[in-house]
Amino acid sequence: MVEVGLFHYLTLAAILFVIGVFGIFLNRKNIIVILMSIELMLLAVNINFVAFSAHHGDLHGQVFSMFILTVAAAEAAIGLAILVTFFRNKGQILVDDLSELKG
Amino acid sequence: MMDMTTIITDLYMARADVFLACAALILLAVGVCLKTRAFHRIAIGGVTALVLTLIMTLQQDNSGDSITLFGDMLVYDRFGVFMKVLVSIGAISAIFMGVRDLGDHVIGKFEYVILILLATLGMNIMISSNNMLSLYMGLELQSLALYILAAFNRNSLTSSEAGLKYFILGALSSGMLLFGISLIYGYTGTTSFPLIADIVLIEQTDMVSMGMLVGLVFILVGLAFKISAVPFHMWTPDVYQGAPSSVTAFFAMAPKMAAMALMARVLFSAFGELHSDWAQIIFAISLASMALGAFAGLVQKNLYRLLAYSSIGHMGYALLGYFVGGFTGVTATLVYLSIYLVMTAGTFAMILSVRNKDNVAATNLNEFAGLSKKSPVVAYGLAIMLFSMAGIPPLAGFFGKLYIFKAVLDGGYYTLAVLGVCASVVASYYYLKLIKIMFFDQPSAHDDYVVAPSRLLRWVGVPSVLFVVTFIFYPDWLVYEATQAALSLR
Repeated sequence: MVEVGLFHYLTLAAILFVIGVFGIFLNRKNIIVILMSIELMLLAVNINFVAFSAHHGDLHGQVFSMFILTVAAAEAAIGLAILVTFFRNKGQILVDDLSELKG
Repeated sequence: MMDMTTIITDLYMARADVFLACAALILLAVGVCLKTRAFHRIAIGGVTALVLTLIMTLQQDNSGDSITLFGDMLVYDRFGVFMKVLVSIGAISAIFMGVRDLGDHVIGKFEYVILILLATLGMNIMISSNNMLSLYMGLELQSLALYILAAFNRNSLTSSEAGLKYFILGALSSGMLLFGISLIYGYTGTTSFPLIADIVLIEQTDMVSMGMLVGLVFILVGLAFKISAVPFHMWTPDVYQGAPSSVTAFFAMAPKMAAMALMARVLFSAFGELHSDWAQIIFAISLASMALGAFAGLVQKNLYRLLAYSSIGHMGYALLGYFVGGFTGVTATLVYLSIYLVMTAGTFAMILSVRNKDNVAATNLNEFAGLSKKSPVVAYGLAIMLFSMAGIPPLAGFFGKLYIFKAVLDGGYYTLAVLGVCASVVASYYYLKLIKIMFFDQPSAHDDYVVAPSRLLRWVGVPSVLFVVTFIFYPDWLVYEATQAALSLR
């Protein structure tokens, strides 16, 4: 059996983070998916923090991840609120609808 | 461990920020209870709160040396005072602009003022941050308020689209920043700037670990988003165009100051010893910003998109000072940022005064045609601001560029200075084009744009013009203050 160590946690976090970033850039369908990708990025960072925190035997990393969770909740609330106003004006929430502003 | 008296002492030392937080909450409660003219009354309260905060911030300056509060989370020094003054000026002007732009409008909800106060509080925390945690919390407090401000006109498709775009890219950049912070934490075992600096110093004798450099790059990406430096500028033109005009003015002023201050803290306080490593990145984004700001602005028809590219270019010049580094470089950047702030405030004060019969601000360049005949005062004021932005002597904008290029030349980067001046020459085309439209073009037949005198012009426009014109007679005090601020940044 392989023992799960810091390296595995960091790899998992890096993979999740990259999936999150690609979710934002490659997704052409629904804006909700972008919000989910943002959450995924923040949670990947949390894995990083907790893994490093356990590795160092230092609590600061875990405290940091608590703060990130709180901010992520506030961010999701604001993101959804803005999405609702956008939906009211446009009647659609497809990524391709973000096309009024260009030049 | 901190005991009760330490906390109370720290709260007293941080009274400016504590006061601002309380003032924002009280004004919110008052605003809900007000039945009529809530926007104007809360705006008066907001400006008063910001002025009082500014006075309290300036009082802290007397002690001279820097103090750290809340277990080294925040640091109060002259650099912080300098940047907080800039941010407060930006916020106060933005409230004046809001009164002119939104005050009598359906969308003129008083929450505009509250959000500006909360964003300013976040920026003050960013400026004072001495730890990755306070950096992140300050940045998010600022960003969350700004996302709402961008989407403030909720009946408008463009405004909510601007808010959505700003939110998505802002959250992406926060994620990048956080990933960088987590790597730095992993490789140093701490989030405190002074401790990171110690570890970097020790590691430097041997070899800096790859993880730390990757983390630094991620943090720089996150911060470059916030100051809209190329290649992380995509949101800027869209948000400037879509957001309500007074919000655009706020975006162009205060958040840029705060993010530049934050960048200075990270680069010089935490990673000062790695100057040779991060200087390459700053060099690349600064050069790219100057070039794109100059060339992409040439083809714009919409005034706000033009100003977006103009601000991208200006951030490129400001970054040159950080590239050079040392206290000469930082001083040059601080002088440049102060002058940029005043020029932007003045420019927006003039632009927002040009409105049609429906009280909508002019947005396209050709709507300014013939302004010199309709309102010579505003036309000349705007022309002075644009000449200053283009860097034409003897106006203040020239001196901003002068100090930057002097620092670059003192550092021995001759090619960079030449390229910067070339970009400045190209950029002056679009400033001069607007002046040409105002003074020599004929307005179209159904053009009903007029200028009515307003508090905005009196309290923001006139002081900015006076500053820009008379800066040549007394440049020393600003340079002195900037030098002191840069010296305290260690």
